[in-house]
This record gives sequence, C-alpha cells and structure tokens, in this order.
Amino acid sequence: MSEHLLEVNNLKMHFPIHGGIFWKHIGNVYAVDDVSFNIKPGETVGLVGESGCGKTTVGRTILHLYDPTAGRVIFDNQDISKLPKKKLRQLRRDIQMIFQDPYESLNSRHTIGEILKEPFVIHGIGAEAERTAEVKKLLLKVGLSENVMTRYPHEFSGGQRQRIGIARAVALKPKMIICDEPVSALDVSIQSQILNLLLDLQQDMNLTYIFIAHDLAVVRHISDRVAVMYLGKIVEFTDADSIYENPLHPYTQALISAIPVPDPEADTSKKQILIGDVPSPINPPSGCRFHTRCPMATDMCVEREPTLQAAKGTSGEAHLVSCHYA
Amino acid sequence: MGQDLILQVKNLVTAFDTETGKIRAVEDISFEVKKGKTLGIVGESGCGKSVTSLSIMRLLPKPAGSIESGSIILDGVDLTKLPIDKMHKVRGNRISMIFQEPMTALNPVQKIGQQLGESYKLHYPQMTDDEIRKTSIELLDKVGIPVPERRVDEYPHQISGGMRQRVMIAMALACKPDILIADEPTTALDVTIQAQILELMKELQRETGMSILFITHDLGVIAELCDDVVVMYAGKVVETAPVKELFKNPKHPYTKGLLNSIPKLANTRKIKLDTIEGMVPSLYELPKGCRFQNRCGCVGNECDQTPNLSAVGSNHYAACHKL
Repeated sequence: MSEHLLEVNNLKMHFPIHGGIFWKHIGNVYAVDDVSFNIKPGETVGLVGESGCGKTTVGRTILHLYDPTAGRVIFDNQDISKLPKKKLRQLRRDIQMIFQDPYESLNSRHTIGEILKEPFVIHGIGAEAERTAEVKKLLLKVGLSENVMTRYPHEFSGGQRQRIGIARAVALKPKMIICDEPVSALDVSIQSQILNLLLDLQQDMNLTYIFIAHDLAVVRHISDRVAVMYLGKIVEFTDADSIYENPLHPYTQALISAIPVPDPEADTSKKQILIGDVPSPINPPSGCRFHTRCPMATDMCVEREPTLQAAKGTSGEAHLVSCHYA
Repeated sequence: MGQDLILQVKNLVTAFDTETGKIRAVEDISFEVKKGKTLGIVGESGCGKSVTSLSIMRLLPKPAGSIESGSIILDGVDLTKLPIDKMHKVRGNRISMIFQEPMTALNPVQKIGQQLGESYKLHYPQMTDDEIRKTSIELLDKVGIPVPERRVDEYPHQISGGMRQRVMIAMALACKPDILIADEPTTALDVTIQAQILELMKELQRETGMSILFITHDLGVIAELCDDVVVMYAGKVVETAPVKELFKNPKHPYTKGLLNSIPKLANTRKIKLDTIEGMVPSLYELPKGCRFQNRCGCVGNECDQTPNLSAVGSNHYAACHKL
C-alpha cells in the first residue's frame, strides 16, 4: 500500500500535428513532457504556470480524458493509465473535475435539478425521491437554497453557477477533485467566497484537490504543495511556503516577482522582468527549456537538460528543482 | 479649470435602452485626470467602468446607449456636445484607447504596418507612404518589438498575445495623444507578459508625459501603476483617493471588503478569506438609496437615502452615511 492517493510517473502527452496534402504526421505538440508527482490523501497540490505550460493537460490526462502517450498514473493503488473504457466510469466517480468557465460547463437547457441529478442517474444510484433529497442536501452544502432546482443556469450569476458546478462535482462523494482554474473567471469578491467554499468542503468530505491556476496568490492560499510548470515540464515542486519564500528556479523567481502587489508602497525596484515570450511547445528549446528567457543561462543550459531533483541542502522530496545552478 | 487637469468628467449619466426599460449603467459620476498622471478606475464586472471609457470616447453602441446628461471636458471643450466630425479629430489624436483582447481589436486581414499607418493617414494626410512606413517601424521599435522591419509586413495572427498588445499600444501612441485610455489591457495576458506591458506603459508615460486612464479589476495593477484611484460599484463612484491613501486608509465598506478579500502572498495559508457576502445587484432592480446596502456589514436606517461623495481626508472622498 502506498501512502499516496495519486502517483503520476513520467507522464507524457504529445498531441500529433497533421499537415500537407496527405495529412501526414508532421510533428508533435509536447504539451506534457515527462511529469512526475504524487499527492497524499487530503492534500491540495497546486499546479501553476502560464498559458501553454501544460497544466490543464496534466489534469485532463489524469482523468483519462486524453490517452497518455507514455507514463503511468496510479490512483488508489491501481494503474489507471491503461484502464479499459468500461472501468473508467467507476474511476470518474472517484475523480471529479471543476471547470473554469461556469457559463459553458453547465447545460443551458437543463434545470439545476436535472444537472445535479445526472451524476446519480449515470451511476444508477438511488430512486427518484432519494435523488431529489440528495440534490437538496447538495444545494445547501454549497450555499444555495433548495428552491433553485427548477431554475435554469442562465438565471444565475457566475459565482452561483460555479457553486452549482462544485455541487455536481461533490455529488458522488469523490476522493479527488481536479479544479481547473475554478475562480479565474470570477470577480474578486466572489472569488473569495468560492475559495472559502472549497476549503470547507475539503474539511467536511476529506477531499484531495489538484488545483490548477495561473494566479499564484490564489494557489498559495489554498495549496499544501505547489508545482510550477514551464513548457510541459515541472521546474520546481515544494511546499507552498517555500515556493514563495525561497524560490530556487529562475522561472519561479521571475513569476513571483511579476505578480502585481496590492500595496502601492511595495518596493518594485527589484522587479525581475523576463524578456520575450514563451517558446512554442511544438519545437521546445534544447537543453533547459527556460534557457531562452533565463537571465543566468550558460552554454551548459543550452546543451544539457536538467532533471528534477532535490535542491542543494535538501533531501528526499522536500524541495525539488530542475536547474543546473540550484 | 486648473492648469494641471487634462480631462474632467462631471455628473456623467450614461443610459441604455433595453427591452425591459431604460437602465443607467453609469449614474452621476465625476472624476478628473491630471496631466502626466495615471488615474485608475477599479471595480467588478458590471460596475460601469468600461461604459465610462466608451462614453469618453463617444463609442457607445448605437442606438441603445447614450449620454443622458453631464459633461466630459477635455482642455475646455465639452466632448459630449462636439459634432461627430470634430470628435473624429479627437479620437486617436488627443485621446486613444487600448482594449482588453488584442486579437479582436486588430484587423486579422490587414498587415500590422497598414493598421499602424491608418492613424497617420487620417490625422496627417500630408505624410507620404515611405514616411509612414519609416515612422511605423520606429514606433514598433519603441514599444519593444524585435525586428520591426519584418513585423510591419506580418499579420496579427503571426505574433503572440503580448506582441499584439504592444502593437495596440503603438497604434494608440502613433499621434502622441494627451490621454491614453487603457481598458483592462493586461487581463488576457500571462503575468510575466503583463509585467512587461505595465513596465512599457510606465516608460512611455515618462517619455511622452501623457496621462493614462487605466481601467482594471486588479487591485495589484492599480497599486503598481496608478497615482489616483476611483472605486466604482454598480454605476456609482463610491470612493476616490490618491493610491497610497486608498490602500492604507480605505473608508468605504466596499473598498475595505475588496481589499480584504484578495488572497495575499504573505497571508497564512488555508485561513478563511474575508468575503463580501451576496452579489452585485442587477441594474434592473437596484436597491433604493445606497447601492451597496444589501451586502454591507454596517447598514443603517439612513442608507435608503443615496449617499453623496464627501471629504474624508485630503483629496479623499467616499460615499457612505456611516463615515
């Protein structure tokens, strides 16, 4: 028995690109390239990075929405990366997902009652009356009143819709929830309500979260450990406090320094501003993938790819970093 | 009008005709933009911050939207009363605007050079094509676009989001405007790119002395970039102050709630965040009196009267009965 609820080993997800007149395979998008991490029960692991770094693809590949190119995903001591279709249904009862866009993730032609009953219908749980009772309980749990069951998604605000999305995700008492940018589309005052709700549910139901976001302040607030991703790879992985107080990878340092601080008297003179854009994941740079934007890159970084390993002065998995100089 | 002011908005009311009646997206707001300074307007979705900027540019969707009353004074001239052909001379030349989504704001079938040259063709008809091309390349270089000689002949889809926003800024600055209105210019960008764009805007402001009206929902960006701040809620200005004063000494319960509800990097983890309960009221069913009363923690009997902005410190105004 492993102490981890989820283990991701050397996960790769390459999407083929086809082109030319014969629609031949002409290349790959290296969306996720050799990612490994693990999660203990009840823990929250944050995945941060900029657009195109592969954080969403990691989440979806774990849920088996994509067939991974290589690597293993072990959930609850079972290798789920090669699971046949029939067994996937049970898996998806245990791993649920909350999506970014509360406007598009709810079927606009179904009432809230129908949307929330659907998980029970799909898995054949309970009779109609029991389902209705369960849905009522769920609505109260996420802070909505029972009488919204007959209403449609368009009647709700973004924050309320996200509550409905959360209710649907926790309906079948999953073990783990993959939250893909759950608060990015919401206003700040609503964002904090949803974050509080997620924290409450985690305590009540002993949930394990993978929390995917680009907002580092939000990720730090909710996560126990944080993995920073860049171009399909994890560049740094440690507990949430260390990543902000003692970031070792130059990319993490730049990312943290780029966040605008809501304090006009903060010292901005030491701000690190990265030059250039993120390179394309179709043709990632050689060696260390960050070397094209790294302020301290050397020839070694162009030639040799660093591995994710324990930082100097640490041992085990306490602080993993992928840089020749950290 | 004081020497140091460039733009004054006075008692602006902007209304939209809708199927269910007239709504006022912006009701009786006033603020001033100082020369060479940055004014930030902050608020959540639907608070009227974008409608304010569109009103200043007279770009409200027609025929639904219109300025009902109030004045927008640029250098002594009331823009609300200007005939439309004169307004064309103001847009792009005196006041320019950049938008949130640089992909939809740029024309996908025109080369970058053509789009940049358009404002010169409009405002400086005497310039030759060669001159325009040369100035466009210089401009692209100034906003930090590498190899500008090549980029002028490329299409928007060939460059990244951050680069597109730089092109937007170059277009806006082509005619050296007095005021740049930036409506959430960095919201669609990644943080490292956002930092680049904010730095570029600061640099250009130092160089040209233009004023910036910066509209955003991100208090971090406000703190970093602005000199003065206007906080809007449901179509009203609820508080206005110099930036340091606002963050150190927020007065209005909404401003306080907003500042407390952002997770801060220095915060202790997994502690409950302060929230503002409930949500922004719909413009169709606004509460009578103070519009924040249904979410406010310190609401009293007098709150069914509309509060006025009153001084609560030097240059610091808030609209709340309880102060």
